[in-house]
Amino acid sequence: MDTVTLTLKTPPTLYLEADNISPDVFAGKKASEIAELHVFEGREQFQLGKYFDVAGSAATTAADTRIVVKGDTTRVKYIGMKMSAGEILVEGDADMYTGAWMQGGSIRVNGNVDAFTGIGMTGGEITIKGNAGNYLGAAYRGDWRGMQGGTIRVLGNAGSDTGYFMNGGEIIIEGDADVHVGTHAEGGRIIIKGNGKSKIGGQMVQGEIIVFGTIDVMMPGFKYVEDVEMEVDGTNANFALYHGDLGERHPKKKGQIVYGKLYQKI
Amino acid sequence: MSEYLIKNGFVFDPVLGIKGDKVDVGIKDGKIVEASDVSSKAKKIDASGKTVMAAGVDVHAHVAGPKVNVGRNYRPEDKLFKGSPKSGMKRMEGGFSVPTTFRTGYNYARMGYGFVMEAAMPPLYARHVHEEIRDTPIIDEAALPVFGNNWFVLEYLKNGEVENTAAYIAWLLRMTRGFGVKNVNPGGTEAWGWGLNCPTIHDPVPYFDITPAQIIRGLIEANEFLGLPHCMHVHGNSLGEPGNYTVTLDTLKQAEGFSPKGSFGRDQVLHHTHLQFHSYGGDSYASKSFESKSKEIMDYVNSVDNITFDMGCVTLDETTTMTADGPFEHHLTELNHLKWANTDVELETAAGVVPYVYNPKTFIAGAQWAIGIELALYAKDMMKVFVTTDHPNAGPFTRYPRVIKWLMSRKAREDVLDNVLKYGDTVRDRCFIGEIDRELSLYEIAMMTRAGPAKALGLAHMFGSLKPGLEGDVVVYPFNPETDDDPEKIEQAFSNCSFLVKSGQLVIDKGEIVSNGTKRTLWVDAKVNENPQVMRDVEQKFLKYYSVNLGNYEVTGHHFVPNPYVIEVDATQ
Repeated sequence: MDTVTLTLKTPPTLYLEADNISPDVFAGKKASEIAELHVFEGREQFQLGKYFDVAGSAATTAADTRIVVKGDTTRVKYIGMKMSAGEILVEGDADMYTGAWMQGGSIRVNGNVDAFTGIGMTGGEITIKGNAGNYLGAAYRGDWRGMQGGTIRVLGNAGSDTGYFMNGGEIIIEGDADVHVGTHAEGGRIIIKGNGKSKIGGQMVQGEIIVFGTIDVMMPGFKYVEDVEMEVDGTNANFALYHGDLGERHPKKKGQIVYGKLYQKI
Repeated sequence: MSEYLIKNGFVFDPVLGIKGDKVDVGIKDGKIVEASDVSSKAKKIDASGKTVMAAGVDVHAHVAGPKVNVGRNYRPEDKLFKGSPKSGMKRMEGGFSVPTTFRTGYNYARMGYGFVMEAAMPPLYARHVHEEIRDTPIIDEAALPVFGNNWFVLEYLKNGEVENTAAYIAWLLRMTRGFGVKNVNPGGTEAWGWGLNCPTIHDPVPYFDITPAQIIRGLIEANEFLGLPHCMHVHGNSLGEPGNYTVTLDTLKQAEGFSPKGSFGRDQVLHHTHLQFHSYGGDSYASKSFESKSKEIMDYVNSVDNITFDMGCVTLDETTTMTADGPFEHHLTELNHLKWANTDVELETAAGVVPYVYNPKTFIAGAQWAIGIELALYAKDMMKVFVTTDHPNAGPFTRYPRVIKWLMSRKAREDVLDNVLKYGDTVRDRCFIGEIDRELSLYEIAMMTRAGPAKALGLAHMFGSLKPGLEGDVVVYPFNPETDDDPEKIEQAFSNCSFLVKSGQLVIDKGEIVSNGTKRTLWVDAKVNENPQVMRDVEQKFLKYYSVNLGNYEVTGHHFVPNPYVIEVDATQ
């Protein structure tokens, strides 16, 4: 695996749209070619090399390319957008749309990420050591195709609207989650190891939400069914199972109505 | 004004009967002239090895107004990764199935179109329609106000008052700067106000107690009483329902006994729009039951002289459906569970909007695709059938070149059946597409995309041909009819013309947009005898029911229609 290291030398005044920071784009390119890739700062187009020192060369394929991003990248958006393979390590924070529409490979951010991380992603792994912003693994504005596959793990807390229109894949939040979790979900699994707040599973059709901690206000559309014992992400415990959202349509499979499942640890 | 001489191109013009001969075309002072009548100063456009036609005419598309804008507003995902920035005089563009006004104008120009009919204008929101038309560059446009669920029309026709209906139509065309009579799901949209529909043309509308059949015949009669340029333009009942072809045949038969009046040269009294959505057999969407009824429909259409139609061809894309057929959009959202917008327009109409994915992995999308093409390929007179996708309902208008490719090439159709559709063999089995080997010529395509629609709209004196005296709307496509035989070349060429002269102005030069043109809004001013009863009814309805004052209803002034082109009709007797 060949590593390309990007070190921020000139922080942008505005926000930087850097969707070209992706193993798929870097593959087969030397440091000098990578430095010539374009980024947008506001509505103006510049070269990546204006902001970053580029060291190392990419491998011939995305899968063999590793990108390390160093420095204060709090204002850098779209890192790893649409990537299909390879690895990205962001040592600091990243702004919005990290790993958006990601198809494969892995992204690790040691700091925090802002909103829309992993939206519409279909595969791959995203790990956030810090906190995630709103709309984690959600759908793009207006779209009904949220996260479809892959895994997102947040070691800290997540903002609101996690897994909005989620259809598949798994989101694990080791801390707490803000309001609106799995809204309109039609599949996938969201695990909150800390506390939830309110509006969990609103208009959920199918899928699973598992909360280890407290839920401030349970949605009125969820109905207690039974207690179940199960293993969730390495923890064996008893959970209270609720079905919902009863105000939403639900498909039938083999004559049985399929509900969204909300589990709360007892 | 500028003069142009388009030299050495292969010209196709069904009005002049030119079938690919090398003819030079002159343009002077905004009009077509004999090539010998331009001066030596004329700018020469070299069209050698290329196809030359009059600019295209679109008979039916939803390109401006409140429901189009709802589509734009509530589908930001339709614009995602599809924008292009401003460059030179060309403005920023965005969107795919519901493009911005600028992209709408530019893409029609790129396809070589010069006129587009906005197919459904809610009269109360006519001002919004005209603001968007104004903001759509290059192309001339007009809009058809909807009448088929209008309380005035329902009440007058219930009592058989054709003359009052006609006077009301004339008044409303003037108020809305409208062009003709659109009739969407006659009666059914009003029934939707009661949560009902009119699935056949014999189901009475609640409260008004009039049937769609009476509405259709009454509007034909009123339209011909006025002698408007265009005929009654109908979107029949039970759109999209399996087995609806019988309703469609019943609808088409309402035109029997009527003949066109007026001086605009059209032959038809009924235009049925997006006929594809109305030619279904069976009783469900499952492949066991659903089947094409294109043959039955076209057997009837081919047997009469007073009907035209447009295809409404499904293009197998993700798109945004939008129609004044309120109950249909509710039916659709129940089917695909995607977001639904719905509105009621007071005494006049309603509308709904739902995104839809014509997924080639499903049988039904493949069958719908096949039926649209079959209708055109079964037609005997290509001056009666027009290329549309009911933009954006069956697909975006930017797919017309692809539809043309499918019409012109059996190889391209077989490629869809074999490689694009998942259930291509089932589609062959349930439809007729597989057994049709007809391939249309460029001459026939010119009938379906310019000469025919121009004639049907009563605009043959302006558009659709290269006859001297017509508007200087000429397009040059980079397609050599003698040597190009790859179907993909057809789609490429019709998507990106080399040159477009619009109203005598060069708008596209060597494939690049070089001007925002001087677009015009066409509307029809029909003069009728004074009708105190209708004017009293209008005043009373505005006092009693409308949410706006009569004085705020009319589309007036430079702001809404900065560049009008008025077609006058005299129906006084």
